[in-house]
Amino acid sequence: MTTFKSKSEISTQTNKDSFERPDGRKIDEIRPMKAKVGIIPNADGSAMFSFGDTIAIAAVYGPRKMHPQHSQDPEKGTLRCNYNMLSFSVTDRIRPGPSRRSTEISKITEWALEPILMIDKFNSMVIDVHIHIIQANASTRCAGINAAALALAHAGIPMRDMVSSVSIGKLDKQLVVDVNKDEEDWEEGEGATDIPITLTSNGEITHIQLDGKITSKELKDAIELAKKATKQIYELQKKTLKEMKE
Amino acid sequence: MSDESSRKIVIPGEIIERGNDFLPGEGTEKRGEDIIALKYGLAEESNNLVKVIPLSGVYLPRRGNVVIGKVENITFNGWVVDIGCADGAFISLMEVPRFVNKNELDEVMDIGDMVVAKIIGVNKRGVDLTLKIRGLGKIDEGLIFKINPNKVPRVIGKEGSMIKLIKDETGCDITVGQNGLMWIQGDSIDKELKAKEAVMFITERSFIKGLTEELKKWFEGNKK
Amino acid sequence: METPRLTGERIRQYLEQGKRFDGRDLNEFRDLKIETGISKNAEGSVRVILGKTEVLVGIKMGVTAPYPDSPDKGNLMVTSELLPLSSERFESGPPKFPAIELGRVIDRFIRESKFIELEKLCIKEGEKVWEIFIDIYSINSDGNLMDAAGIGAIVALKHAKMPKYDEKEEKIIRGEWTDKKIPLKKEIPISVTVHKIGNSFIVDPIQEEEDISETRVTVGGHDETIHSLQKGDHKSLKIEEFHKMLDLAEETRASILDKIGKYLK
Repeated sequence: MTTFKSKSEISTQTNKDSFERPDGRKIDEIRPMKAKVGIIPNADGSAMFSFGDTIAIAAVYGPRKMHPQHSQDPEKGTLRCNYNMLSFSVTDRIRPGPSRRSTEISKITEWALEPILMIDKFNSMVIDVHIHIIQANASTRCAGINAAALALAHAGIPMRDMVSSVSIGKLDKQLVVDVNKDEEDWEEGEGATDIPITLTSNGEITHIQLDGKITSKELKDAIELAKKATKQIYELQKKTLKEMKE
Repeated sequence: MSDESSRKIVIPGEIIERGNDFLPGEGTEKRGEDIIALKYGLAEESNNLVKVIPLSGVYLPRRGNVVIGKVENITFNGWVVDIGCADGAFISLMEVPRFVNKNELDEVMDIGDMVVAKIIGVNKRGVDLTLKIRGLGKIDEGLIFKINPNKVPRVIGKEGSMIKLIKDETGCDITVGQNGLMWIQGDSIDKELKAKEAVMFITERSFIKGLTEELKKWFEGNKK
Repeated sequence: METPRLTGERIRQYLEQGKRFDGRDLNEFRDLKIETGISKNAEGSVRVILGKTEVLVGIKMGVTAPYPDSPDKGNLMVTSELLPLSSERFESGPPKFPAIELGRVIDRFIRESKFIELEKLCIKEGEKVWEIFIDIYSINSDGNLMDAAGIGAIVALKHAKMPKYDEKEEKIIRGEWTDKKIPLKKEIPISVTVHKIGNSFIVDPIQEEEDISETRVTVGGHDETIHSLQKGDHKSLKIEEFHKMLDLAEETRASILDKIGKYLK
């Protein structure tokens, strides 16, 4: 297991109006992260990734022949993602099986990963990525994408870069990095705005979503925060892959 | 050949070398003056050619590889073989060292049979296999199991030293498929299981230096 | 790849000499590792690693109306999913028969053993009872998911804490737990699956052994008492063979109980 304590780039003195996050973190501090590759022996690639209490595991199978045959793309390879939360990962049990939310997040995850994959030569083949959330405390799709990126690398899939994902929040007017459940439910002032975002190590955006209320300027600031945060996540992903002993 | 300690693990997107002298080999690409890794693995540089050797992931078929596979289907002119990679592999009845009548394909090799073959071509259609070399053919007897194909070089060892050690110590015949399938034949079950254990010993310690010594010690300690 | 026929033959030959592919005895289980509390939002949760097979089992509780034929008893529901994550052999989509069978066999195992004292889970007779969900997920499949799941369910139930319940509002306060455990019987039931291969009987098969297993019997019980039993797969059994399998199951129950004892405190 590779662990990572996030570095805040802002000293305590400059915390705007001494904004207090529910768990005491600095505004640009990510929860302690953990990552590991090779956790599922049967898979071609696998990994786990956690932000604090949010734990995601991912497994990659492929490239392999795609079934049913009519779904095959004869011109290039296909990426197929499946995201799901275990029934007991949240306090209110989720009935096992897909939901509209999990189907949407599966697609979002595909879009977040596809730009970096080099699978043009894998005609008629498929790469299956399975992501499951073991324990949820918000930012689950981001943890899932980080685990998936590690698993894809571990599976030896040709990729032009890694991607790293984090959620930026706006609590009333304050931007924060790595939103947890308490912050997701923020009610004061303008409430909570949740912005999950995925960036390549070169700073390209492969995924961004937004829920809430925000100005363009604030959103641009949020993206700057995301760039710094994803750099730290990238460092952990790199360290995890380099330290793998199997 | 570069010394093992000068190889480093790289991740996709990472810069391996900088400078116009270097050429991008397998698993890399050139961006400006930089050689960038496109895969997770060990970066190796030799004569300015930089390539990445994968540490994990599915088997990538290569011409000249000896592989072990299972017959999945019989067509009118050959056998479709599963060698554990995404491409289908095929043995044409022209690639068998004897004349085969179109009606007796299943008598030569039937669905479910295991076979040792050599890859003679990798193309858009798939992988072409041959049985026309000595030592290739249907497997009649023995123990077959699978290991991570990326560990095969370790199991074989430098100039075959590891595999020779196992053969000498157990008296077993061992055929190593580059696709990760292993075929062991010995004159007793104990010897076959010992050979298998030795192979697993190597795959579980593939990162260690001096593995040959460790394996020798293991055999010594396990002499009955 | 499905286990090659040749390997299957070899395994059978080894078994005739009393040897297994991985050096174990015929009645021996692989290394067992158990971690509890692996998912904080669950009432109880367990990771079971048996050799390379890994399952996660979680317990969730709710409050609901009782079944009409048991107005004073809590409800139990066991589900199981064979995740495609855990093996190239499992496909995405609604549960196929193996997943359904696993869920139902474990359900009967827990239910018939009366391990959970369902009568103590009544809040208001005929109106409100506790319901217990046992959800089983495969994480890596290398044979014997069934027994790994059985062990996981028992340990998870033992460790589960009941959620806080607001009697006035008549609902659960999610995210808060009491120190109270689920009411369970003292006797710990164990589920063991015995497989017949040729003339040999084994427990805890690896994937290759499971692939060539001719028939299997899953027995749930405690000490000499059997609460649930199911024969699966396609071949028939002579009565003496069935006796041998029952004996092996009983002997294995004891050794598993021994192994997991420390997780049941």
